[in-house]
Amino acid sequence: MLGLNKRDTKFLIIVILLTLFTPFLMQPFSENSALAQFNGGYPDLMAKVAIFGIFAMGFNILFGLTGYLSFGHAAFLGVGSYAAVWMFKLLTLNVFPAIILAVILSAVFSLLIGYISLRRSGIYFSILTLAMAEMSYRLAYSVLTPLTNGETGLQVRPNDPRILDSATSANYPNLFGLELSSSYKWDVLNHVFTFNVGYYFCAVIAIIAFYISMRIFRSPFGLMLRAVKTNQQRMNYTGLNPRPYTLAAFVISGMYAGLAGGLLAAMDPLAGAERMQWTASGEVVIMTILGGAGTLLGPVLGAGSIKYLENIFSKINENVLHDWFSFLPTGLQDAVVWVLSRFTGEGWALTLGLLFMLVVTFLPGGLVEGGQRLVRLFRRRGKPDGGDDPQHHPDPAPHVAE
Amino acid sequence: MDQIILQFINGLDKGSAYALIALGLTLIFGTLGVVNFAHGALFMLGAFCAVTLQRIFTLSAETIDPTQKDFLGNPLVVKTPYVELWFGPDMGASVIHWSVPLAILFAIPIMLVIGYAMERGLIKHFYKRPHADQILVTFGLAIVLQEIIKQFFGANPIPTSAPPVFAGSFDFGVLLGFDANTIIYPYWRMIYFLFSTVIIAAVFAFLRFTTFGMVVRAGMADRETVGLLGIDIDKRFTIMFALAAVVAGLAGVMYAPINSPNYHMGMDFLVLSFVVVVVGGMGSLPGAILAGYLLGVLESFASMNAVKEILPGIDQIVLYLTAIIILLVRPRGLMGKRGVMED
Repeated sequence: MLGLNKRDTKFLIIVILLTLFTPFLMQPFSENSALAQFNGGYPDLMAKVAIFGIFAMGFNILFGLTGYLSFGHAAFLGVGSYAAVWMFKLLTLNVFPAIILAVILSAVFSLLIGYISLRRSGIYFSILTLAMAEMSYRLAYSVLTPLTNGETGLQVRPNDPRILDSATSANYPNLFGLELSSSYKWDVLNHVFTFNVGYYFCAVIAIIAFYISMRIFRSPFGLMLRAVKTNQQRMNYTGLNPRPYTLAAFVISGMYAGLAGGLLAAMDPLAGAERMQWTASGEVVIMTILGGAGTLLGPVLGAGSIKYLENIFSKINENVLHDWFSFLPTGLQDAVVWVLSRFTGEGWALTLGLLFMLVVTFLPGGLVEGGQRLVRLFRRRGKPDGGDDPQHHPDPAPHVAE
Repeated sequence: MDQIILQFINGLDKGSAYALIALGLTLIFGTLGVVNFAHGALFMLGAFCAVTLQRIFTLSAETIDPTQKDFLGNPLVVKTPYVELWFGPDMGASVIHWSVPLAILFAIPIMLVIGYAMERGLIKHFYKRPHADQILVTFGLAIVLQEIIKQFFGANPIPTSAPPVFAGSFDFGVLLGFDANTIIYPYWRMIYFLFSTVIIAAVFAFLRFTTFGMVVRAGMADRETVGLLGIDIDKRFTIMFALAAVVAGLAGVMYAPINSPNYHMGMDFLVLSFVVVVVGGMGSLPGAILAGYLLGVLESFASMNAVKEILPGIDQIVLYLTAIIILLVRPRGLMGKRGVMED
């Protein structure tokens, strides 16, 4: 189906089902129960998971396949956001023109940056992209203030021209009149499930993005990109120039980032320069590595788990911890709470950093590799064959073409 | 003319910080071949050594003075730092005032231990892994270090003052025959510049004139042969890593009065010092220092109003622009050796 073999079709259908049922999956605990705070099924978070999933998927097409580690991908996300908000301001609050412009503009931008940066490889490529992104960030803050509204951030105002919208139309980003922020709540069996237009819009786009990335992974083009990662020299010897392939991968991943940026702006019509800072680029690197670079599902898993954990961890404050450990004697309880509160609430970034270091050190293939190891462990106990489809999860090779 | 001289010397102190951090980065890269993204965090840790020492010195004993009343009419609580109780008020006050220079002595052992622990505990396992993995794990470490500092010191910058002796400014203009108050330069920045030259000279002298330094240089040139000669080069490289950590730490300690330390100052400096290393040439120590000062001065010139009128926003991006041009035109940098990391 759709140019995929049977196995991939099954895989895609599973992913589609998982995405569509996310409002149920992320809301496993009933309201009022002690575990309700682990529920993540509200629209904002789910949409973020989908959006950052797209972002990481795109990053993975560059980093996972070709091994070029870009430290400046957030610049494209920022460009996408700005483009989308400008479209909201000038044309219409319908999301389609905004997202289309976001993708086109980030493609142009990434073509420019990629053309220059891809002249070098390895660490030099990382530093070049880093420098480019920092430049864009600084310019967005200083000289480009008329375009970006500087530190305040670009936002939609009631007196914007919006030439395509009639005076009576909605004041929020909408899908042909259907507001993205509107949602339907279903209260059943003590569970509240929220079905949000914005989330489903992002989810459908994420599924399309996933399908495209799957096709790229399986295509001869994807094979070429893997060849760049495995052995660029040998590729040169066979008379192939890797540059066009890497540049295409760079532009595609830039477009994914722009799409994600446009969607971010659609969910919350505000664009700020801090989205372009290099630490934001670091975040997508972390997501991709944590999930598993070079695998199809890894980046989405990484983005999902980071956004979910970020949300949960930030909510756990000292009172909650005291509640949990109330069975301990007071002195011990205080000590345990003190230690744990370093890692929760405000300290979430510390946990993330530690987690990331552990994954890079011990599990270079990320969560996907962890899952595979577990499966292999069980299989070995059951059957002696550990047949894992190598097409599905290519070998974790060194990350950078050197 | 006076403007040009002013911008030149203004650039020197920032350039000193760049040069010191880039020196450490290059030492690590040249010896261990590791790209250390946590080096900015070491700079930040150094600055917080100064903050910590100042806090220790100002730990105060609270006594109630019945002769004085506060505005509510209660007996006034007088805080006296312990150092003033122990060493007498004059001596104690000057200890507090001199806490930043004293923090150098405090920071050296701390940074040595941190550097040693970092190399043995983490970096050691990444020699055989690709550069990207080294970047990633040290990036993770940088996040962890800065978050730990944030937990203990909060997110706000902490003002840390230099000794009051150096509080004023020096009038260069008079010295050079210009009008008074045209070229003025804070004493502490001057000291920072002198300090950086001393440190750089010390590192170079250490590498050039000691047997240890000779072995390290030999190891940088050809690690395998040195190993075959029966020298435990790994141990020496570990010490060089610790030394690079000390250099970054000291740069941070002395920088504290110039710019109040906050937890993300390391990240801010990290990107710039990578730019410096690339411009100077990967693995070239003189290149790193030259590029450090050059870029500091360049940044300072770019922020002149006359330049900004012609090229708006240039002060924000001049360093990155330089790095991009250098990388594209001359990838081995200003003084990099032919063939080292040149692809």
